Amino acid sequence: MAVDLNMNVLIVDDYQTMLRILRNLLRQLNFKNIDEASDGSEALKKLRAKNFGLVISDWNMEPMTGIQLLREVRGDEKLKHIPFVMITAESKSENVIAAKEAGVSNYIVKPFNAETLKGKLTSVLGDF
Amino acid sequence: MASNAVDPELAERLHQIGRDPDGQVKISEIGEVVDAILGSLQGDLTAVDVKLYEELEGLSRFIEEAKTDIASLRPDEVKDEFLPKATDELDAIVEATAEATNAIMDAVGDVEDVMAKLKGKNADKLMDATTKIYEACGFQDITGQRITKVVGALQHIEEKVDALLTAFGDEIAKYKAANPQPDSEPVEETPSDEELLHGPQLKQEAMSQDDIDALLASFD
Repeated sequence: MAVDLNMNVLIVDDYQTMLRILRNLLRQLNFKNIDEASDGSEALKKLRAKNFGLVISDWNMEPMTGIQLLREVRGDEKLKHIPFVMITAESKSENVIAAKEAGVSNYIVKPFNAETLKGKLTSVLGDF
Repeated sequence: MASNAVDPELAERLHQIGRDPDGQVKISEIGEVVDAILGSLQGDLTAVDVKLYEELEGLSRFIEEAKTDIASLRPDEVKDEFLPKATDELDAIVEATAEATNAIMDAVGDVEDVMAKLKGKNADKLMDATTKIYEACGFQDITGQRITKVVGALQHIEEKVDALLTAFGDEIAKYKAANPQPDSEPVEETPSDEELLHGPQLKQEAMSQDDIDALLASFD
């Protein structure tokens, strides 16, 4: 199945630089509708206001972290189907396990490259 | 013969120290208690008493020396000067790397605009190059997170130093009074080569190019 490049993608990170990097890399993958949030609570508001086909989120943010956002998304009937990819510098196995238990679709460790991003998104969304 | 009865005043003091809600006891208080114990050992002393007296006297001396040694380390300077300075420098690193990274990405954006007008191998090559630049720019995020962790460690140290200052407050004040800092050198004196090595200045302390030009012009 081919990826719908017109889907709304929400990227969540408290570092503006990383949001910009992600936006540019996703644009290079031909995603056309990319929205941003700087923490979990802002992301949750946006997710409840518009239909999104993918969430890519950092872990370490305030006041709502990425794992909290993931739990909120998976606990919400209307949102729980949205693929959720965590991109984070948290690379301990306990983090990966916690994310998996919370229902993460895939997990990318920073620093990452475009090939890894594309590969993980392919496994979550389908071929580009 | 030495009495086994404990001095009521001393007993009350020990009781109060034990009930300190903060669990923190000033070093000076410990010294005073040891002195009080020594003072209470009067009359005929047994060999055991003498030994105990010597041990306590040694302990009292040790505490006095430790107080002076720690006061001479000037933990107040560490808290008021060095730790805030280190934190400011680290914040400046994060700010500078973020600015540089954004400038790089602005430039890549311009390259992408040109790239959009190209086709074939040249466009592909530029796409690969710009992707690599974006990937490399991720260093700023990782660096920022690492520095944030260091700032957290510094804050922890600051809390510990604060506790030390509470315990040694009087001793540090005494040490400062006994060892005043030498007056800073007169401004007109030429600084040594070593004194000229400041490293990069924080933004709020740095002179702008306009300031420097004006200063240079003032020599004309």
